[in-house]
Parts: sequence; C-alpha cells; structure tokens
Amino acid sequence: MTLLAIKDLTVRYPTRFGEFTAIEAIDLTIKEGEIHGLVGESGAGKSTIGAVVMGLLESPGYIANGSVTMLGTDLTKLNLDDYHQRRGSELGMIFQDPQTSLNPLFTIADQLVTTIQQHNDVSESTARQQAITLLDEVGINDAEGRIDDYPHQFSGGMRQRVVIALVLCTNPKLIVADEPTTALDVSIQKRILVLLKQLAKQRGVGILLITHDIGVIAEVCDRVTVLRQGKVVENGPTNSVIGSPTHEYTIGLMAAVPLIGKRLDRFQNIIVEEALPDEKNQWRVPGASAEYAERWLHDNYQRLQNQEQALASTETDHAILAVSDLEVRYPPENPGWFRKKLGHQALSDIDFHLHRGEVLGVVGESGSGKSTLAKAIVGLVDYTQGSISSNGIVLEPGSRRSRKNEARRRLQMIFQDPYSSLNNRRTVEQILSEPLKFYSLVDSRADRRKLVASVLELVEMPQQTLRRYPHQFSGGQRQRIAIARSLLCLPDLLICDEPTSALDVSIQAHVLNLLKDLQDEFNMAILFISHNLAVVRQMADRVVVLKDGEVVEQGDSDVFFTAPTAEYSKLLLRETPSLSILD
Amino acid sequence: MISYVARRLLQSVFVMLAVSLIAFTLFRFVGDPIAQMVGQETSLEDQARLRSEMGLNDPLITQYGRFVKNLATGEFGYSYRTRQPIGEMILSRLPATLELGFVSLLISLLLGIPAGIYTALNKDSFLSNSILVVTLVGVSVPTFVIGIFLIYLFGVTLGWLPTFGRGEVVEIGWWKTNLLTIDGWRSLILPALTLGVYQVTLTMRLIRSEMLEVLRTDYIKFAVARGINYRTVHYRHALKNTMVPVITIIGLQFGGIIAFSIVTESVFQWPGMGLLFLDSIRYVDIPVMSVYLVLIALIFVVINLLVDLLYVVIDPRVRLKG
Repeated sequence: MTLLAIKDLTVRYPTRFGEFTAIEAIDLTIKEGEIHGLVGESGAGKSTIGAVVMGLLESPGYIANGSVTMLGTDLTKLNLDDYHQRRGSELGMIFQDPQTSLNPLFTIADQLVTTIQQHNDVSESTARQQAITLLDEVGINDAEGRIDDYPHQFSGGMRQRVVIALVLCTNPKLIVADEPTTALDVSIQKRILVLLKQLAKQRGVGILLITHDIGVIAEVCDRVTVLRQGKVVENGPTNSVIGSPTHEYTIGLMAAVPLIGKRLDRFQNIIVEEALPDEKNQWRVPGASAEYAERWLHDNYQRLQNQEQALASTETDHAILAVSDLEVRYPPENPGWFRKKLGHQALSDIDFHLHRGEVLGVVGESGSGKSTLAKAIVGLVDYTQGSISSNGIVLEPGSRRSRKNEARRRLQMIFQDPYSSLNNRRTVEQILSEPLKFYSLVDSRADRRKLVASVLELVEMPQQTLRRYPHQFSGGQRQRIAIARSLLCLPDLLICDEPTSALDVSIQAHVLNLLKDLQDEFNMAILFISHNLAVVRQMADRVVVLKDGEVVEQGDSDVFFTAPTAEYSKLLLRETPSLSILD
Repeated sequence: MISYVARRLLQSVFVMLAVSLIAFTLFRFVGDPIAQMVGQETSLEDQARLRSEMGLNDPLITQYGRFVKNLATGEFGYSYRTRQPIGEMILSRLPATLELGFVSLLISLLLGIPAGIYTALNKDSFLSNSILVVTLVGVSVPTFVIGIFLIYLFGVTLGWLPTFGRGEVVEIGWWKTNLLTIDGWRSLILPALTLGVYQVTLTMRLIRSEMLEVLRTDYIKFAVARGINYRTVHYRHALKNTMVPVITIIGLQFGGIIAFSIVTESVFQWPGMGLLFLDSIRYVDIPVMSVYLVLIALIFVVINLLVDLLYVVIDPRVRLKG
C-alpha cells in the first residue's frame, strides 16, 4: 500500500537575486515497509525533501507547486496545528548527529515519557514502562537501569539508538532519516542499518533514507532516487539503479565511488568544472604556468636533496618518518590534589616507519588515536614517551621543537575541514606566499606571485584565484588550495588527516586523483589517515590499523584488504558496506 | 561532586587572599597611616611610639598576616574620618544597598526574561523590533541621566514619589529595612528602576540571543519533529538550555549592581555603601576604602560560588565531571 506520494513537488527560496529553485518537479512514492533511499551530492535538495515531508521547511523557502499525499491526505494543505498533530504520531524524523539531537539537560526517561504522553493518554508509569520496552527493543542493554541517565552518558551509537527509540515511541508510519549513520563508525553504522531494516520489515514502517553514501543505500534500500541539482535523475529498485545505472550522471557517480575490493589507478573525473565568479576576467600572471611550478618544485627538491647529501656523513638510507614506542598521554582533566592522576592515554607503543615515495594508510574508528598521531608528528600535541625521527634526526615533542626546525617545513599537514583550515581574512595569494616567505624560498614579490599563480594551475585552479578569498570557493576547491599551500613548503611527507571526508564523492575522486598525481610526480611520502577503508584502499601502499591507541595490524595494503590477520581488521572490513553490486 | 565544591572553595580562598593583599597595600602604602591619624601638634616621639604600638615597624609579612587575621575575625579597624569602627559603619549601610540591589535585580529579571523570550520566539514581529529599539536606548543612556530624568518626571513634575533617602524604615535587629513600609517602597522605586533599566536591556538581549541559538539546535528541531507541543518545547526544553549561560551573567550582574550602585546612590542620596565609599574617597579615608574593597570582592566570590553550585543543579554534565 502506498504510504507517501510526492507529486510534482517544487520548492523555491526567494533571495536577493531572484528566486532560487531548491527542488523541482520531484515525484516519489514510498510503500509500507519500504526503505526508500534518496541519494545525491550536497546541494542536490535531499534534505529539502525531508523537511517538506515533515512540514519543517525553513522560511523563506516555500512550496511553489505539487503535493505530498500521505494516506489520502495532502499534507501541504494542512494548517499548522493539524500538521503538528501528525508529527510524532504519523511522521518521525531521525537526525544526522546523535550527539546533538538529544537535549543534554533532560534524562532519557524524561524525553521519552514526554513524547509518549504527548501522543497517548497514558499514565506516567505506563509511559515509562513502554519506554523501557522500547529501549530494550532498539538494543540498549539494561534499559531499566539506564533510562534515568542523561544523553552524555551514552556513546554515539547508543545515542542514535535512543533517538530511534524516541522516534518509535509514538508508532509513526513514516520515518524520515536524514543521514542517520554519517556521524557514526562503520561497525555502529552497520548495527543501526540492521535495526532500520528490522523496523521496516517487522513494523511495516516506511523509511525515507537520505544519504550521500552509496554504500548505505546499497546495504539497506529497496528503492532509490538519485537527485542532482534539485531534479530526479534516476529512480527505481536499488539493484538496477546502483548496479546498472542508465543516466550519464549516475554512471559517473558510481564510477567515482571508491571500492574496497578494487584499487583504481585514477578515478574517472565527473566534475563539470565549477564556474568561478567573474569568468570574463581571465587574466594570467606573465610567465606563470603549471610547468613553471613543476620545474620550480623539481629544481628545489633537487637542491635540498643535494644539500642534505652533502651534510650527511654516512650514506645510510633513513626513513622519512620513523616512529618508535610512541606514547601520547593527555593531561588529566581534573588534576588531582594529592596524588598525580594520569591523563587519558591516547596512543601507546606505536611503531612504524615510512620511506620516500610511500603512502601509508592509517585506519581506525573514532577515538582510536588517528588524529592524535598526526598531531604528535607535526608537533601540535606533545608525545610523552618514545621517539619520532625524520631522516635520522630525532624530533622533539612539539612544544620543545624549535620554530626553525627543518622538520617543520618537511612535514606538512592537510586538515579534514577545508572550511576552517584557511584563513578567511587573507587572499589566496597571501596564504600561499606565506610559506615561501617564512622559509625564504623565494625572495622577490614578483617571483612569488608568479610561482603562486603557477602552483594554483598545478592543482587545477585558475590563476586569478590568487586575488580571491577562501570563502569564495567550494570545499573541494579549498582543499586544493590547502594542498597547494603544503606543496609550496617542498614537503617530504604530507600528512593528510581525513582530507576528503567533508567532500562529496565526485569531488573526493578529484582530490584523490590530484594527490596521486602529485605524489607520483614529486615522490613524496604520504601518511593518509581515514576512517573510510575504501578510500584508504585507493591510496595506500601499506596500512596501519589503530584501535584504542594501539597498533592492531600493519602491513602491505593488498594483503590487508584481501587477507587481514587481526580479528579487529576482519571486523572492520566485514562491517564496511559492501558495494558488490557495483562491480 | 564534593571535590568540585571543595575545589571551588579553595579557589575562592585564593581570590580573597589576593584581594586582601591589594587592600593591605592600599592601606599601608597609600599615604602614611600615622600622619593621617594624628594632628599636627603631635610630637615626633609620640608619633614614633604610636607607630611601634600599631606594629607598623614589624616585618611586612607579619603586618599582612595581622591584617588578614583582623579581617577574618571581623576587626576592621577605625575610620580616619568619623573615628567609628568600620564594621559598624558598613553594617549599618549594608541593608540599604542589598535591598536596593535585590529589588533592581528583581526588576531586571521580571522584565528582562519575559521580554527576552518574547523577542526570541517572535523574531521578526513589530513588537519585538520595537522592544529591541527602545531597550537600546536603555543601555546607551548613562545611569545618572536616567536617574535625574526620573527624579524630574516623578519627583518634581508629577510629585508622586520622593526623590531622596530611604523614607520610613523598620528595624529588625540591626537590619533596617524599607521593604515593610509603604513609604519605604515609594522611596525605593525610583533608585531601583534607575539601577535596573540598564540590567533589563542586558538580560533581555542575552536571553534573546541565547534562546535563538538554542532554538536552532538539533534537539529542539527533533523535539518539534516528535510533535511535542510548542509550549513545552519553548518553555521547558529551550528555556532550560538558555538559562545555563545566562545564570553566570545574572550572578555577575547582581555583584555589579551591589558594587557599582555608587552613581545611583549618590543621585538619590541613598544611604548605602556606595555613598559611604564616595565619602571615603572624598576624605581619603583609606581604611574604609580597603575594607570596602575586600567586602565587594567577597560578595563577588560568594555569588560566583552560588552560580557554580547552581550549575551543578541544572547541568548534569558538570555534575559528573566533578
């Protein structure tokens, strides 16, 4: 039976520059017990559809056309009060981040009981009993004992279960799940997805699953709708849409999805180059070109290498990075008064090394110490024991490492969030010139400008980018600017901490391709940190697996992905959504 | 929990020691205490005798220790100007200031909190915008101008309310209160209003911006998506989260009202501590000033401690950390 039918839905936002159409002429139906996937890149209008169904479209957006019919009633025609009646009782919504979707000041019991009593005329003790049963059903151990806990006492995955319990407690017929597993680790993601599947099957709930993750779609959805720029590109049963897409965009999108089972040399580029503002003004800096940047980088790498060889007394081949017995312990949150409390041990007994031209993947779930490792190496966090050395020279913990230390230039880092890793008050030229000035690599202003323009071209950005500010660019473009910045330092080792996890798949493919190109060209080493095993598969020659701050397994990438030895690695691989239908 | 409270208490002790050091420096080194105490006809021998009697020749650390001990035991010394014990002087004026501060805080909360909630919930309504504009005037006009304006309007032109003093007071032990007589209340209204107007604006704007922030969070959206009625969402879920940071500021405000009611007290000739402080400055009455300093610091420390404890009650996350 059809539960929800969206017909010809168009949503517009009035803006200063005229009307902006967020979604246009969307058709979509969901049956009872069906999980319907809604997939697309950021800005495709996925969340807008979810908001319309819930009646929570934020002003000034409005429904310009179309209907949303649920069990015979056109929801768009309802008045505010009638709509609000249906929220909870017929419609439920799961939000992306379980860390923020529960009110931190109320107990779980309080939030559940209020919700149950809102929709059913039952006594508090009955409501409480129902709540306990429900928590039990969604897989909270010792539901009776934990119901009076506050949200912060639960882990991320458990919180998402509480959220699901809150949605279920009023027996809605349709649930809108907006990226319900994006903020979770793979193993928890798997369990939440299984739970959603059970709900659909056992309770006959229809689920509209909004996600950008093709893996999630492939894992649980019965049907899928692919959106692009507010329009439906393709829809149908999951197997046929994902497995054998017919539309050009879907085909390209599937090609850009990294597969855990297959290492590609380069991804197919499906980005239609994002138009930069002010396209007419195509000026160029005289003499600047990608070739110039390449030549400059090669020459300077050669010069630095010659210098090093002249200095080195022995001809031993040192690792670019050698980490041994590394321990990082954070200072305790509440220092003890009488006896010294020990802080949280983020990393212990870490041992690995990395040679020129090699890509080492670091994988692990959140809290495994991946980022701490990156920070300890570049000196943002002090390590407490063990040693880090580069080219045979020991690197002190960050706070004792001198500003002038050569390692500060040779180890460069690319951060996860491109929105906060570039200073929005400085032009791209200022940002990119800084390392050149700081390390006295190029002295004249004109030469710096020429080089900056060239290196921008090398990372496939137009030259006039240098006059603009970071906020004028998209996430993928910013990440390329960040890569350009680290490249200008002539790094021997690039530490990439989740460099693409904030990006869409197509843009991720582009950035990964760029990293591979640069790494081939300049023979850098890369420490590639990611929770996404499929991405690591594409990049890494060797892999280190971290769990709770310890190395669980390390070895050759191909061996790891085909025949992991540690139990934990097997678990990680098993729980990553399989995309076998894509092969 | 206990360690949390203990740590806060210890911190408070350190703050008080630091402030008392400043007060001691003020007392000991701003002018010579002996020269200020005695007349011109006192002989140099007498002065020297007095100096050693008062222990001013002892090592500084001993003097500071004695100073702290005296403060802690309530021995505040004597005023240079009136020759009265400072303890008595302050005690007789404390109720006036506390009552004034308390009533103006009440005014600022009773007007500020509802106005803040209203302007947050009805973001773009005409009334909200009018309230915002009018209260902007409230912060930008200096307190004394408001005071003089109120005196002119209600005291002089309309003649409804008295313009100075505390009016009729009732004594309960040593505490003189004007909260129990009609005349007392009539005298209290204008100064309390003057002191409160500025705070109303601050409280309102703070509540408004915090609440707007809270209303944007996922947990509020989630509560709406669960169909919980708007009144519960706004006044229970959102308001409680709004109050967490607001409490800190309100606490500090109360401290500020008591410590800096000087201007208002002087405009209305309110016989409180602010007026005492002003007189002490005029006559360079250093001992009174240094005791006043310590006392104000104590008030701030106590309020902060109460705010911290209130946090524990409201926010479960703090409860566990301690």
